[in-house]
Amino acid sequence: MIAIIDYGMGNLHSVGKAVERLGAEALVTSSPEEILAADGAILPGVGAFGDAMANLRETGLESVVKEYAASGKPLLGICLGMQLLFDESEEHGTHTGLGLLPGKVVRFQGDYKVPHMGWNELVFTQESPLFSGLNPGHVYFVHSYHALPERKEDLLATTDYYQPVTAIVGRGSVYGMQFHPEKSGELGMALLNNFVKLVANKASNL
Amino acid sequence: MLAKRIIPCLDVKDGRVVKGVNFVNLRDAGDPVELAAIYDKEGADELVFLDISASVEGRATMIEVVRRTAGEITIPFTVGGGISSTDDMKRLLRAGADKIGINTAAIRNPDLIGEGSKIFGAQCIVVAIDAKFNSEWGEWEVFTHGGRNPTGIRALEWAKDAERRGAGELLLTSMDADGTKDGFDLELTAAVSGSVGIPVIASGGAGHAEHFVDVFAQGKADAGLAASIFHYKEVSVREVKDALRAQGVNVR
Repeated sequence: MIAIIDYGMGNLHSVGKAVERLGAEALVTSSPEEILAADGAILPGVGAFGDAMANLRETGLESVVKEYAASGKPLLGICLGMQLLFDESEEHGTHTGLGLLPGKVVRFQGDYKVPHMGWNELVFTQESPLFSGLNPGHVYFVHSYHALPERKEDLLATTDYYQPVTAIVGRGSVYGMQFHPEKSGELGMALLNNFVKLVANKASNL
Repeated sequence: MLAKRIIPCLDVKDGRVVKGVNFVNLRDAGDPVELAAIYDKEGADELVFLDISASVEGRATMIEVVRRTAGEITIPFTVGGGISSTDDMKRLLRAGADKIGINTAAIRNPDLIGEGSKIFGAQCIVVAIDAKFNSEWGEWEVFTHGGRNPTGIRALEWAKDAERRGAGELLLTSMDADGTKDGFDLELTAAVSGSVGIPVIASGGAGHAEHFVDVFAQGKADAGLAASIFHYKEVSVREVKDALRAQGVNVR
């Protein structure tokens, strides 16, 4: 069972459907008990960083996500959900994040179009179980802010948008994808499938 | 580098695709979900559903189409047509749409752009602009109601205003080029794309694959949209991408 954490932000339906299409059970939930009991958890998110953290606090889910991450069961943040894993973001003022990964989230700055919207090619910067059996290709991004991980070893893949942009991060069992794997064709589904497998492996080893 | 996007557009009325659809291996030519899945497999980068239902029942049916589509396809899709409130947006986004297109309602109530952007994020607010050259002005004018009503608003000004108000993307249709199959309106597209800092989807006039090469190279578009040439199989999404690749345009 994979919990899709519902804290009032984002398109939960698509993520849940995608997980189900991969043959895993998905449960869209805001219940701390259900989240903590799940074998894997996905933190989705569309919208503003500050609103998202405010929602996580109001619903009491901030501590639940942190507790979940500490349990060592796989957690995947998607899009804004990935950004929330970091220490802080400068989106509409400085906001504190979940602090599961050291680093911050900053706005794209330059003479180019923002949001970074559309299909861009991944570059795998190190090995990861998420990449098992896969070759890098295009995935679908849409974001105006991007994450700057403090530790190079947390960065698993980048893409190029006038600079190397953080695309996939991971440390221990905490993962994040800046793009939308559920909207990224075959490669997106394959990456999500590797996460689902990771969850299954972990669950059978516990 | 960011790839240029190819976007088929489906007109949907009362839950069925209208306008020509000429697909082999399609059990039911009128089912938008089935057609969406085929375009996904063919390599389309995104889809646009334009709801042209005139009734409340037709719009309710669209929600069901959106829900089924979201469960079938693995690429983003936009829904436009008849959306005039943030409640309308919320219903479609909850059902699984990724972006919302607004056109006439945004002209009537420009605050709708900012309201939608604030609640759901700029990335899902697409402002659709139907523009036609006004020879008296020497520039393009915005039309509404599917191109029937002139507004007296200059397209370039409106594009900039929409961006300022929080639009995440513009869907720009040239009424002069639409239906001609002579190619996109490169001048209009380049003028709008050069005036804003958000992505521009060019629409209207695509007749063959080379037209997409032009709209990216000269029109400075970020995406190209077409309807009938894809539906009638005059050219496939694959062929367009091959042509673009051959010309050095970055595609998925």
